Amino acid sequence: MPWAVRLSLAFIAAFVLFALLGELVSPYEYRQTSLLNRLEAPLSEGYLLGTDARGRDLLVRLAVGAKITLIVAVVGTLIGALLGSLLGIIAAARRGVTEAVIVAAIDVQASLPIIVVALFVLAMFDNSFTLFLLLIGLTGWEVYARLMRGATLQAKEMGYVTAVRALGASPWRIYLVHVAPNILNVALVQFTVNLPLTVLLETALSFLGLGVQPPLTSLGQIMSEGRDRLLTAWWLTLFPGAMIFCLALSISLTGDWLRDRLDPTLRSEG
Amino acid sequence: MTGYVMSRLSRAVITLLITVTLVFIFIRFSGDPAAALAPPDAPQEVIDQYARLMGLDQPLWRQYTSYIAGLLAGEFGYSIHTGKPALTLFLERLPATLHLGGTALLIALAFGLPLGALAALNRGRTLDRAVMAFSVFAFAMPNFLFGLGLILTAALVFQAFLGGAEAAVIFPALTLGLAAMGSFARFARSSLLETLNAPFMRAAEARGVPYVRRLLTHAAPNAAIPLVTLIGLSLGALIAGSVVTEQVFAWPGVGQLLVRSVATRDIATVQFIVLAVAATMVLANLAVDLLYLVIDPRIRAR
Repeated sequence: MPWAVRLSLAFIAAFVLFALLGELVSPYEYRQTSLLNRLEAPLSEGYLLGTDARGRDLLVRLAVGAKITLIVAVVGTLIGALLGSLLGIIAAARRGVTEAVIVAAIDVQASLPIIVVALFVLAMFDNSFTLFLLLIGLTGWEVYARLMRGATLQAKEMGYVTAVRALGASPWRIYLVHVAPNILNVALVQFTVNLPLTVLLETALSFLGLGVQPPLTSLGQIMSEGRDRLLTAWWLTLFPGAMIFCLALSISLTGDWLRDRLDPTLRSEG
Repeated sequence: MTGYVMSRLSRAVITLLITVTLVFIFIRFSGDPAAALAPPDAPQEVIDQYARLMGLDQPLWRQYTSYIAGLLAGEFGYSIHTGKPALTLFLERLPATLHLGGTALLIALAFGLPLGALAALNRGRTLDRAVMAFSVFAFAMPNFLFGLGLILTAALVFQAFLGGAEAAVIFPALTLGLAAMGSFARFARSSLLETLNAPFMRAAEARGVPYVRRLLTHAAPNAAIPLVTLIGLSLGALIAGSVVTEQVFAWPGVGQLLVRSVATRDIATVQFIVLAVAATMVLANLAVDLLYLVIDPRIRAR
């Protein structure tokens, strides 16, 4: 395992631990304001990473923000993976009108950047955490659908499918029990490509003030609050920003490595 | 060949039609479209007038056909907040966005392609690894963080914000172009590597064609063909990136208009921008497909 991947895995592990335990260990509560201790610099007494404009401890806010960012990214990516893969398999299994509809839907999604779709929906409906999660879940579903459709079409021609069909298995059984596990690594590789993208989309939307809404927080939301004090309170943007960057970087590096391991034909060497 | 053109054309039209239909359904579901599209402070009679004009008392399929007819006639509704037509607002902002996006694309191409080519020619060496590391860095870097970092650097190191319209575009364009630069470098590298290892390159070498000529007249044109697709694909990323970048740099473009309109629920403006983005992307994809006819003789032969 290359050292970059080891380092990435270590960072991801530390990030997850910090997200899960930070709030429990901290003496502060992430919404607890303290007017006497506003905009304390990092390393000041009692506040390792300083405080924000309302005197809230940045360290515990980062822990909660990391947790929300992580939950949105993982759940969102899972939603996209399941939805896209299922549609792709159905398209390949049913052919005909069903396939035409799904392929058209893929074309439509491919012609609209996900952030534009998300903004369109957010303009019309009240922003709730569930809606936001579902929107993040749409990220990249069309890629899974396209990949899984191709993989299923290929698998259909293989001997084992003919054999199972001859034994009288129902279509559900053929595709979900026999085909799906065989083409799972295609979706798994795409999952690692997609995960950093959902991290970046969530933080970008939250940064624009259109994602996670206060009092709840996320890494992007903390950055959007710190943005107005870029010069005077740099720690409010630097720390969450660095965490987002390192998380996306670590996941991509690990994903690249995993892809080379799982699927040698996709090796980026060309 | 006509079959190829017709299939691409019909696919583009169908994609646009579905997008318009989805937008129609979403707007119908979200509330009273007459109130949303009418000018601000409109009295009830005007809203009723709009409702009649839009045929809201008609059955749904009639509403749908008249909606499409309205779009074709250029009726895109009015902004709730400025009272101006959505189209006018969009056109006011478009030059700034094109300026930013065009500069970003130029920067990305001018740096990304040579970097990728250098990496391919130095495969496995330090330079190659550095370029690949840069492309991963560019992918993982959130553009709002990079943009804020640039602003901070400019303010602290150069003690000033860059003024003037010409110089001001550099920082936002660099921010917007960074991700595209990384993916261009990665793509140019793998495309050139693939071409360098192709049998016709070995044949050229065997014929005694000099190295530089082999590279420029044999490898480069072949490696450049998939770049057309890449530039087409990067358009989506550029549009998405400009939404955030324009916000960070307070750049008065369409992306900023979109974010502001979403925050203020200016449905007509949001609707128009979504349709414009979809139309741009569909046309760009169509252009890419058709360009292939010109540059890749293998498709023409089909």
